[in-house]
This record gives sequence, structure tokens and C-alpha cells, in this order.
Amino acid sequence: MTHGGLPTFPDAPAALDDDFERDLHTEHQVLNMGPSHPATHGTVKFLIELDGETIVNLDIQVGYLHRGFEKECESGTWYQAIPYTDRLNYNSAILANTGYCMAVEKLLGIETPEHCQWLRVIACELSRIADHLTRCGAACLELAAMTPFLYGIEARELIWDLLEMLCGARVTSNYIRIGGVKHEMPRDFQPTAKSFIPKIRTLLTDFDKVITSNRIFVDRLKDTGVISKEDCIRYAVTGPILRSAGVGIDVRKTEPYLVYDQLDFDIPIGEVGDNYDRYLVCVEEMHQSLRIVEQCLARLRKLGPGPVNIDDPRVRWPAKGRVFNRMEELIQQFKSVTEGPLVPAGECYLAIESANGELGFYLVSDGSAVPVKVRCRPPSFINLAPMGGMLKGAMLADLIPTFDFINMIGGECDR
Amino acid sequence: MEDFGSPALRRLIDELSDAVLETHADFGDATALVDPQRIEAVLRFLRDEADFDMLTDLTAVDYLGQTPRFEVVYHLYGTETNQRVRIKARVAEEAAEIASAVRLYASANWMEREVFDLYGIRFDGHPDLRRILLYEDFEGYPLRKDYPKERRQPLVGPRN
Repeated sequence: MTHGGLPTFPDAPAALDDDFERDLHTEHQVLNMGPSHPATHGTVKFLIELDGETIVNLDIQVGYLHRGFEKECESGTWYQAIPYTDRLNYNSAILANTGYCMAVEKLLGIETPEHCQWLRVIACELSRIADHLTRCGAACLELAAMTPFLYGIEARELIWDLLEMLCGARVTSNYIRIGGVKHEMPRDFQPTAKSFIPKIRTLLTDFDKVITSNRIFVDRLKDTGVISKEDCIRYAVTGPILRSAGVGIDVRKTEPYLVYDQLDFDIPIGEVGDNYDRYLVCVEEMHQSLRIVEQCLARLRKLGPGPVNIDDPRVRWPAKGRVFNRMEELIQQFKSVTEGPLVPAGECYLAIESANGELGFYLVSDGSAVPVKVRCRPPSFINLAPMGGMLKGAMLADLIPTFDFINMIGGECDR
Repeated sequence: MEDFGSPALRRLIDELSDAVLETHADFGDATALVDPQRIEAVLRFLRDEADFDMLTDLTAVDYLGQTPRFEVVYHLYGTETNQRVRIKARVAEEAAEIASAVRLYASANWMEREVFDLYGIRFDGHPDLRRILLYEDFEGYPLRKDYPKERRQPLVGPRN
């Protein structure tokens, strides 16, 4: 192409199109996302190195919600750590409650009464549903789908109503005790749960109809944030992420605790290990959890009334009526409140299946009333670690669904 | 040394007898205390020969007043065998350092950073040993037993 009078340069591109093909030597852009970003439900900062819209490098900076969970636990009695465990994963507080109390029970060498175990399973499974609803609902919201989020939250309200009946609180329930639970379920819990479960099922069906085959939702989830089976194991990723990659490991099945070995439920697994598989696994797990709750309720109806706390003077709190009228019980109450149980010296690790994966507690006791070490193995923290690698070469927009379905909960990740 | 019925402990004792210092299975958890100098060999053996393909947890405990002062604790899990084993190694206060497990288990990366952050134990060969939960200017290691719980430090933003 020549322009009248102007000299032509031999190295000039032949056609204008080639201009777009040429390497323009642009510098990578570093984008700060967070720590408080409307599209991430969690306080975390991403330092993203971008080439256009492609992620070249991703540094995940956690710790904004670090509150010194372990330090606090190591300076109180064994009982005083229970409310702190509520605040680890605030979407499913009872799961952390249960894990911690079961680990202490392992050190004490006590077995909780059957009644208590069924109640704990009900509370755990309701929490798991609440957690998955938050994960799936919030993911929809962050992918600009408002309606399914509202369906999810409506179902979660019902779950929280049930938990409120059972525990007296909706979010940080503090329901589980060492050697039992706080109290027996209220009399109207059974009929309410019976009427709520079909409602929750209907809402889950509505949720499913609105979003599962939605073109935009599917396009943003399919083949994004893929992690292979092998990488999951290398990174010790557990929970729905591991199962969506095709490994059917669930602590409830592999090392059954409480009464899970007497319950009939399935473990859904995925194939590809992308966000869409994670979504489908979570949805199916909610249905399975509802099945478990129904079985537990039926079993409790059959069992009739029974003790929900172990009759062991080391951990049992005497009944209030006796405390007010008898010397021995008054002294025991005083000792339980001021000192709590003396836990035998030793170390133990106990893992349960939380909504995010394996939630473990590694406890060390020197035989006193104060723990030497309360380590929480946080699934959120460990599952978040491979995210940088999962998103290398992906588009910036893929970060949102991937982070949503990893479901990092700041309270548990940063402790 | 006794294996307490754990196949993993039996194999460790048989094949790496010089590295294993002590075993126990209190509360049903198979545990081996190993020589910190040989930690990499022990973990490599367990991963490659005994099918412990997942490092589920890595943490440390401060036994203030004892020598060596710290204990680094590894929890391993075999996804095929459904077995667990706990490996511990003692680390002295003066040279709080142990070989990193990142080359063997990718999950060790963040967990070792956390132990470094909160206990000040260094992991030799770690590709990116920086603080993870606290910020760079934080002084001291808060989970050490001699770090007072009441101590306050100015909150400084992260450097970029």
C-alpha cells in the first residue's frame, strides 16, 4: 500500500490486520482484588497478575480474620473453647462444635448416649444443608443471578428456624457439649421438622429449575477451576471438591463416627472436577442430608425419651434443681464452671466431615484443665491453597465461581 | 519397638529402624517420633512405599521448658488404604529448623508457612517461606508459649 509522495518502509507490515497480531510488548497488570470485594463472600485479598484478562499469576493473601483461635483456646478451660469453635465456620457452626467435643471425648475415653448421637447427627446435617445453601446461593448472586439466591436463603431460613428450636440460636449455636448436647429437643421439634422438610425439598427443586440448566450459569461454571484427582490428593483437598474430581472419600463413610454407619445415604461424586461438578455434588449432598435427618427423626421417635448427656461426674453438669438444694451438687457445679474437666494427658486427632471437607482437631493435654494445644485442621485453608495453580491461564471472570465453590470461610481459614 | 498393630509403624520400624525413636498408639492413633534429620526420608518412604499419599495436617506444638522445645507434627492419610499415621519430630529452640516437605506433598506449602508464621520454625527448602496469617511487620511468634496473650502490636497494612 503506498500513499502519494510518502516513502514506503521495507519493514512496515503488509496489512493493517497484522498490527493486531504483533506482540505489543505490553506489561502485565497487577490487580488488587479484596480484601473486601462485593463478589467474594469472604475477606481475602488476591494479587492478580494479568495479561489482558488472562491470569498469569495469582497470590492469595489470607489472614484478615485471624483472631488467635488456638492461642485463646490454650488459655481457657476445655469447655471455654466450644464457643470459639462456633465461630470457625459460621455457616455450619455445629459441625466444628461436634468435631471439637468428639476429640475431647476421645481423650476422656467416653462414649455419648445413643440419644445424643442421633441429635448430633440431625444438628450436623441441618448445618451442612445451611452451608451448602449459602455456598450455592451466594455463588448465584455473585454470578449476577439474584432469584436463586433468594430461594436458597428462604430454605436456609427454614433450616435456621429448626436450629433455633433445637439450640436456641440461629448461627453460633453452641449446642454440643463434652459428653452430650445442651438439652433434649423441644417437644414441637418433630412435627415442625416434618412439615419443614417437604418445604425445603420444594425450594431445592425450585432452585434447581431456575439455575441448574441456565445457559449463563452453566457457561461460567463448566470447565472452569478444574482440578485433577491427583492434584487434589497432593494438596490434601477434601470435601465436595475432592468428590467432584471423582474420589469418593467422605469421613462419614470411610471412618464412620456417631451413628453414620447405621444410616442409609449416598456419596455423590463428579467426573471432571470443575465448578459445575462441585455445584451438582453440593446440591445432591443437600438431598442426602435431608434423607439422613428424616431417618434420625424416625429413629428418635422409635427410641422415645432418653438421656442426652453422659452420666460421668467429670463432664456432667448437675441438674439446676439439685444444685440449689444439695451441697454435693453445688460443689460439683462450682468445679465444673470454674475449672471444667481434667482431661487425661496425651494427644489425639479426630476428623469429621464438615461441609467443606475433613475438619480435624488435634488436641494435646498435659492432664490439666487447660489444653496445651488445640489445633483445628481447617478445610477452608487447605482447599484454598491450590487455587492459584487452578486459575493459572484462566480468565479473570473464572476466579469468581472458583472462589465461590471452594467456599473459603474466613473464620475457619484464618482462625 | 512395638508397632501396636499398625502396618505403617511395623514397616517404618523394619525399614527405617535408625530413624524411628519412639512409637505409641494412645487413643488409637498410631504415632512415631522420628529423628528430625531423617524426616524427609521417613516421609518419602511413607509416601512411596506405604501409600500415604495425603499429608492431611502439619502443625507444631511448643513444649516450653523441655529440650528440644518444639515438636513438628505430621498427620498422613492413605486414600487407597484408609489408614492414618502421625509422625512427629522434635526441633530445638536455638536452631528451629527442619527439612521442608513441600517437595513430597504440595499441601505442606501453606501449612509450613503457617507454622513458620506462628511458631517461628523454619523449613529448609521451602520455596516461599513468608508469613501467611499475620503481616510482615509483626514481631514475634504468637503461638509460642512465652508470647503473652495480652501483648498488642500496631496493625500495619500489608506491603505490596
